[in-house]
Amino acid sequence: MNQALPTLTLKDFASDQEVRWCPGCGDYAILKTIQKLMPDLDTPRENQVFVSGIGCSSRFPYYMNTFGFHTIHGRAPAIATGVKLANPELDVWVITGDGDGFSIGGNHMMHVLRRNVDLQILLFNNEIYGLTKGQYSPTSQVGTHSPSSPNGSIDSPLSPCLVALGSGGTFIARSIDTEAKHLTAVVKRGHEHLGAAFVEILQNCPIYNDGIFEQVKDKKVAPDFRVEVIHDEPLKFGKNNEKGIALNRDSLRLEIVSVKGNEDRLLIHDETNKIQAQLIAAMVGPDFPVAVGVLYRENKTSFIHDAQVQVEKARGTTRSLEGLLNSGHTWEVD
Amino acid sequence: MELAEEKLDEHHLDEKEVLDVVVRFAGDSGDGMQLAGTNFTQATALYGNDLSTFPDFPAEIRAPVGATFGVSAFQIYFGAEDVTTAGDATDVLVAMNPAALVTNLENLIDGGLIIVDSGAFTAKNLTKAKYESNPLEDGSLDGFRVFSIDIHKQVLAAVEPFGLSHKDALRCKNMWTLGLVMWLFDRDRSATIENLKTKFANKPAIADSNIAALNAGHAYGETAELPAGIHVYKVPKAKVAPGTYRNITGTQALAWGLIAGSELADIDLLFASYPITPASNLLHELASHKEFRVNTFQAEDEIAAVCAAVGASFAGSLGITSSAGPGIALKSEGMALAAAAELPLVVINTQRGGPSTGLPTKTEQSDFNMAMYGRHGDTPIPVVAASTSIDCFDVAIEAVRLAAKYMTPVILLSDGYLANAAEPWKIPQADSLPSFNIRHYDDPTNFKPSIRNEETLARVWAKPGTPGMEHRIGGIERSYDTGEISYDPTNHQKMTELRKAKVDGIAKDIPLQEVCYGNDSGKLAVVGWGSTFGAIHQAVKRAVAEGLDVSHIQVRYLSPMPGNLGELLSNFDAIIIPEMNTGQFIKLIRSEFLIDADGINKIAGQPFKIGEILAAIHKKYIELEEGV
Repeated sequence: MNQALPTLTLKDFASDQEVRWCPGCGDYAILKTIQKLMPDLDTPRENQVFVSGIGCSSRFPYYMNTFGFHTIHGRAPAIATGVKLANPELDVWVITGDGDGFSIGGNHMMHVLRRNVDLQILLFNNEIYGLTKGQYSPTSQVGTHSPSSPNGSIDSPLSPCLVALGSGGTFIARSIDTEAKHLTAVVKRGHEHLGAAFVEILQNCPIYNDGIFEQVKDKKVAPDFRVEVIHDEPLKFGKNNEKGIALNRDSLRLEIVSVKGNEDRLLIHDETNKIQAQLIAAMVGPDFPVAVGVLYRENKTSFIHDAQVQVEKARGTTRSLEGLLNSGHTWEVD
Repeated sequence: MELAEEKLDEHHLDEKEVLDVVVRFAGDSGDGMQLAGTNFTQATALYGNDLSTFPDFPAEIRAPVGATFGVSAFQIYFGAEDVTTAGDATDVLVAMNPAALVTNLENLIDGGLIIVDSGAFTAKNLTKAKYESNPLEDGSLDGFRVFSIDIHKQVLAAVEPFGLSHKDALRCKNMWTLGLVMWLFDRDRSATIENLKTKFANKPAIADSNIAALNAGHAYGETAELPAGIHVYKVPKAKVAPGTYRNITGTQALAWGLIAGSELADIDLLFASYPITPASNLLHELASHKEFRVNTFQAEDEIAAVCAAVGASFAGSLGITSSAGPGIALKSEGMALAAAAELPLVVINTQRGGPSTGLPTKTEQSDFNMAMYGRHGDTPIPVVAASTSIDCFDVAIEAVRLAAKYMTPVILLSDGYLANAAEPWKIPQADSLPSFNIRHYDDPTNFKPSIRNEETLARVWAKPGTPGMEHRIGGIERSYDTGEISYDPTNHQKMTELRKAKVDGIAKDIPLQEVCYGNDSGKLAVVGWGSTFGAIHQAVKRAVAEGLDVSHIQVRYLSPMPGNLGELLSNFDAIIIPEMNTGQFIKLIRSEFLIDADGINKIAGQPFKIGEILAAIHKKYIELEEGV
């Protein structure tokens, strides 16, 4: 078929379902961004599959006019692996949240990353359980007051990007729900990546954890609290890019320096440097700005590709059910 | 409570000709007893006897040498008539050490033959087996025929020319012993010799040593001065239908049935599983057959395995997952998702002794209730059970057919006995198997994911990658009309009833229940499901031969059950239901059909013996005759 594909727009990717997130939820912005970038991807709509687990974010597939499978709590990476193994032509997305992806489903997240299954994994991190009405999550900060932690939570939070790095993830990025341009760029790069593309999206829950990312989102103060990492460029931030991040080579710790006079000391972002990625992924406020952008990227063969190679090699041999049933030792009875 | 058991007809090892024999090879788990057993099985099949085998191994892979808990055994029952169990009692026991003797002696018939390696009856090994004195010397084996040989010494002499290390040389003990047993039953060694050449193709010295040991064992029987009452036994050939035969275990038959199912359905399979005893071999078998429309995925856990299978089904392949009881428990949420989303899925449970880790290498039927009821929500799932190793082939095909045709999960029950037991199989003609092409839906006109087949009530299977089929499904209740999310009370009632009606409707698409031995009505029916088939069949056959009015009914379709089952059972004055659990199927029979039944329940990790079922038949028969 040489027929040109019809040009699709955002509307072609919006389903007819009424969106039912709370007013002001960061998920609306993410949905809009994803719907808008879909026509730019070189995949036909019928090959797009969104798989989700349980939670507010996991309602996402219902609002995409693609194939969608809203499954069970924490298991979306495993289900998506099955989808992709069954049909490697499909473009498979996993939509998950901090509870779904890193609490009940932490095990699957670890394994889908280490296997490098060819998926886009969008983790909506709002540091709280929304759908079950506000309990603390595995990314909630210590001391989070919630219905299940009236005196403040005592669990230490995990960092999704650090866990993803530790699990052997090959594309690890961070972005922000309302930063459409940045999020679009990061997700598109993840889509191009061969293997598991993990994108943590800092997402505001206006009901149970409102303003938790205000410092990195508020245009007035954000320049001091976030740093956009760009491959091959020095790490600078601040209103006038006056601050920089440098590696103290004696302590092997990062430190904040003024750009002026320290130009040659500034850390140059190298997406392919895992040690550096660990350092910048771990940066948190108030001492450090939060890094957004592609933190780490590694070229590695994908699980799906390798599985396909084995299957294709096996299928190259002749198969016959008759031959199988009669294989090995048989004997005749007259 | 121990089950009453009747001793079957005495075997006469002092006769030249015996109709059937049970031989049990027992030794350390590293002694190669399984290899000796499988080679003896092959030679016996070639000889023309009917047979059934059962490997009985410990959970420990390499237990300390000489330990009683490390004894690995392989039992073969072969004879001139149809053989459907691995045998009640042992006629010939091969014991490679004191531990093998002490753990297997109890089941040896009076006057049975013991072949022992006296070289292994050292003070150390005797102590490990908790023998206070050497049974070969203290007269405690006087009731048996004892053939005591220093196999250590014989083997070392036989393989001496090949220059093996002492340790490697002793590893040929199993072949020496096999050679002797082959002499005892006049079996041909050539197939075993070929197997050894293939197995050790890259190690010619090892191959030659094993062959030399095999021949030496055989020659020993021919030339040595034998104790009284030990001679070559002739077991007449069985009358079997002409055709091409092979030996097959339940696991292999199940794997090949799934492959056949995919060919017949014209559909790809994704088999996703997590290793667990005794189900792992199914993964191994399918992983080596990707030339067919099969892909396998070793998931990170049981939950991921069922979920990957459900994902594959969503994508248009047939997802299959497999485990044993504890693993199936973990899969229950994923199975219910498939039921809610109405996607096909085959779940295979190779049952083992429970609860919890229980008896991983032993057999049981105690997951019946879990298969029938073990889910949240009102979630009916069809359940089928395989009754013999070869039946696994047909039941696997049937599970594929039902899952794909009705867009539903299907549970297939096997067990540890069936998985490992082997029997000769008359190989079917592949082109004679009935095909059942499965079509994915691809008509975009007014497409909705809720479109159903009016007859089967199955939802359409519209797979990603098909233009115009874009849709969303999930675990949330869906509208009957549109397939979109619906919390409407009336709709939920309708959908719940629909799911039930769909599964119940399968009863119209399965064969009516037949009586597999005996009359369609009468005094007594022995009703079984699963691997109890062999023992029930033999017991009923013997009872009928005695002139008793007894029939055997074996139920393959447990949910839904065949439409005529209730009526059929009501044609009998009494029903006995043997189960390897505390009585699970029997409750279903009683509650569904309001028919009383007596349970015989064995929960010992071992299959029923023929004599146990026969004793129950006699007991019930006497009650019926006396009118109590």
